[in-house]
Amino acid sequence: MTSADLLLIALGAVAVGAAFRVVRTPHLVRAGLWLVVTLGAVAGLYLVLAAELVAWVQVLLYVGAVVVLLLFAVMLTRAPIGASTDLDRPGWSGALVGGGAGLGLGALFVDGYRWTRVPAPVPGTAERLGVELFQHWVLPFEVLSILLLAALVGAIVVSRPVAR
Amino acid sequence: MHPVIAYLIAAGLFGLGVHGVLTRRNAVLLLMAVELLLNAVNLVLVTADATTKPVLPATGQVFALFVIVLAAAEVGVGLALILALYRRRTSIAVDEIELSEAPR
Repeated sequence: MTSADLLLIALGAVAVGAAFRVVRTPHLVRAGLWLVVTLGAVAGLYLVLAAELVAWVQVLLYVGAVVVLLLFAVMLTRAPIGASTDLDRPGWSGALVGGGAGLGLGALFVDGYRWTRVPAPVPGTAERLGVELFQHWVLPFEVLSILLLAALVGAIVVSRPVAR
Repeated sequence: MHPVIAYLIAAGLFGLGVHGVLTRRNAVLLLMAVELLLNAVNLVLVTADATTKPVLPATGQVFALFVIVLAAAEVGVGLALILALYRRRTSIAVDEIELSEAPR
């Protein structure tokens, strides 16, 4: 057990606990705020795993943009303030499949990795990541920019009022 | 560092996300659960990057960045769809949508 392990366990407990609140809470707005806690804890996990750039992109894009968009969606759809009783579908099938997926994946990972140790990753620099990105992954990068443009145009077309 | 800890956290996040996608009726909450799924995948990618660093430097982190960009595009289009649905039916409960409904 090293300090990195302890940090991983602590941040992971925060992330999973907050994620549980996201999928179980009866308050719509609180689900969004618990999502901020989960995403922040995951950003902390990235920092422990020496992925600084990914961590800050996570904070900027997820905590900054995606959560704000989700909260906008909550407001624009006139979501009820306070607890609502009809947010969940009745029945146990969802919990069964979700628990099965989580436990199955966990068993696979435990079987694959056991208690192996890897040396703690050395902190990289953004420069190194950028070199890797623009040397080996230029084509996916450009394709992604086209996809972002398509998503932007698609979102505008879908949300435009229908002309009468 | 033991990578299995981070992998188990990712498995837990993924299970909770699947549970949320299958049980939630509100489309916005459904999108939040999808974000949990994407974060679990990202965590696996970054952890795998830490374990394969000598062979494939920074590849997992590059993939994680790509997934984050995809998530941003997905949430933009998803929000537009939810708003269009709300304008048409004043409800965003996903199990009230008739799949065989004729387009108006």
